Amino acid sequence: MSDNDSADELTGAQSLVRSLERVGADVVFGIPGGAILPAYDPLFDSDKVRHILVRHEQGAGHAAEGYAAATGRVGVCMATSGPGATNLVTPIADAHMDSVPIVAITGQVGSAAIGTDAFQEADIRGITMPITKHSYLITKPADIAPAIAAAFHIAGTGRPGPVLVDITKDALQARTRFQWPRQLDLPGYRPVIKPHGKQVREAGRLIGESRRPVLYVGGGVVRARAWSELKELAELTGIPVITTLMARGVFPDSHPQNMGMPGMHGTVAAVGALQRSDLLIALGTRFDDRVTGQLSSFAPLAKVIHADIDPAEISKNRVADVPIVGDCKEVISELISLLSPPERRPNVDEWMRYLQDLKRRYPTGYDEPADGSLSPQHVIKRIGEITGPDAYYAAGVGQHQMWASHYLPWELPGRWLNSGGLGTMGYCVPAAMGAKVGQPDKIVWGIDGDGCFQMTNQELATCALEGIPIKIAVINNQSLGMVRQWQTLFYQGRYSNTDLNTNRIPDFPKLAEAMGCVGLRAEEPGDVDAVIEKANSINDVPVVVDFVVHKDAMVWPMVAAGTSNDDIKVARDMAPAWEQEEL
Amino acid sequence: MPGVPNTHILSVLVQNKPGVLARISSLIARRGFNIESLAVGPTESPEMSRITLQVNVEDVVLEQIIKQLNKLIEVLKIVELEESAIRRELVLVKVKATAETRGQLIEIIGLFGAKAVDLTAEVITVEATGSPAKLDALLQLFEPYGIRELVQSGLVALGRGNRSLTDRNQRSERLKAVRA
Repeated sequence: MSDNDSADELTGAQSLVRSLERVGADVVFGIPGGAILPAYDPLFDSDKVRHILVRHEQGAGHAAEGYAAATGRVGVCMATSGPGATNLVTPIADAHMDSVPIVAITGQVGSAAIGTDAFQEADIRGITMPITKHSYLITKPADIAPAIAAAFHIAGTGRPGPVLVDITKDALQARTRFQWPRQLDLPGYRPVIKPHGKQVREAGRLIGESRRPVLYVGGGVVRARAWSELKELAELTGIPVITTLMARGVFPDSHPQNMGMPGMHGTVAAVGALQRSDLLIALGTRFDDRVTGQLSSFAPLAKVIHADIDPAEISKNRVADVPIVGDCKEVISELISLLSPPERRPNVDEWMRYLQDLKRRYPTGYDEPADGSLSPQHVIKRIGEITGPDAYYAAGVGQHQMWASHYLPWELPGRWLNSGGLGTMGYCVPAAMGAKVGQPDKIVWGIDGDGCFQMTNQELATCALEGIPIKIAVINNQSLGMVRQWQTLFYQGRYSNTDLNTNRIPDFPKLAEAMGCVGLRAEEPGDVDAVIEKANSINDVPVVVDFVVHKDAMVWPMVAAGTSNDDIKVARDMAPAWEQEEL
Repeated sequence: MPGVPNTHILSVLVQNKPGVLARISSLIARRGFNIESLAVGPTESPEMSRITLQVNVEDVVLEQIIKQLNKLIEVLKIVELEESAIRRELVLVKVKATAETRGQLIEIIGLFGAKAVDLTAEVITVEATGSPAKLDALLQLFEPYGIRELVQSGLVALGRGNRSLTDRNQRSERLKAVRA
């Protein structure tokens, strides 16, 4: 049988499965239901596509994201119509915000029933229109193969993102002839990969003339897999580097030029570098409000070179002096060749000395709790030190996420999975599951909070049954910690509805064991290392460790929401002393 | 650099596929862009529709609108039309007309090149096309007689000269060139 076309007739459902095989989708996370049921029949027979039956569609979506982030390939999730599809909304929005390539396939009620409020009908294409890169509603079986081909292409190229393919039940059931499109019919989709030469030369000129340049590096460099180019450019020019939350690990933290993470919980050196810079070289980043703080006082002295594959990000929040549309890998490579002659490079020695001094004086640190209880920062730091930089780390959202960003060993690119833009509590467990499926030979740790963990932990049952031995550290401070921190700082310590009382309810180790995992607990500083080592030694089943930690620990440094980066505090009511103000 | 809002007319060529208009209006609503008028219709090619958008925004916002619209997969091309472009709207209006006023109304209709398309003992229904300014002037003249009902189309516009939209540079490319 020809790989391309087949003379024999097959159903739309068979065509869908053959299309998935054709695009090389080896894993689908999903749950069947009425409208998508026809697709599950041929899927049962496929030896190329592994279906992982999750416990909630949100888990399927985040798992597809985790798989995509850990492999660089397009992740796939599948759900039925109505509630199955609406449960995918959160991960689709998450993937849209963080530019994660996923394809979501949903069943839809029969085309004759559309618009009649049929059983399990929801207009999922309409619902997800603002949060998808593109979407399809397919009502004819012949359209399935071209839609799947286009969906994977759109999701994985340009600025990556989620694509929804909604297929009516009758399109899955009807018969058609399989025809894989020879070329895609996308006349309106032409992502610019190669940057404009003139713009890059102008950027090179500004870099050469600058005295306090900063490489402001975002998640786009991770998606473009341009870490070796970035390292080469940084080392060639000696320019300091800051890596946003989405870009942690794309440039080694141990590198002397790395000033850390900017933003609301960024390091003093990174925030100081932005605020005093005369030139931001922004690569694959979008001047998010969590990075800029009050926009009008953000990096007030700096000119801006902004390179991004999405033209709409350029000059959206901060006007760029030199806009460059293109793939970061191409942009950085061209900058390297432009800046090769030594006379074209800036002298940054004095600037670097200033920042090194800031970095030395204001390292991210924490105090051990006076009462001898466990400090969450210590737990996270030890997980990283014992496990090492080659593991994959997923996080939930909140304090533990910020500490994971500060204290895990970010030496290797693409190892960090978190929900940056949308801030989705519940991301961690299913994303870790997806990452482990994509990287089965690597250790995958999820650093989760006790609040987040209670949103999506049921996927541990999936992990136990499907042989996906992830490790989850529940940083259990018995509260919604980040919200509690804001209540401490901005609501006079009135802890309205942030106390989860997670002392023993639920009992996390017991909950883990009920789902076929190993459950462990650490409550004393002396237990920490032994428990982490034990967790690392178990490689056949998932492990959950309940780290019962101090509930009053806070994330520092902090720039309060809506205020200027200049008002960063290293601890409560403590501002850094900006010495050598005039450079 | 906060700018001054100005009226701009964008011609947007889109693939003629179901849901395109929903995508465009949803995008405009979600991003908080204010539009003054939107008209959509077929073009010389059955695969394409043309959307004419009239917006009153600052240049920075206009640039975002164009860039965001361009991200839609089914948008083929966006061009900002010049001041000199030919702009037309259509209005259908029912004006109160008595035996005494009917003559005056018919005179106004004639002067504006409009048409009386229906007539009863009480009202006269008028069809008029023209630039927004001309139609405003016409409606102001009708006002004292009493307007019973009125419906107006969105603005449609075409650039002057030989070239068609498909020959021309995108506004976003022009912006880039200006900045460089």
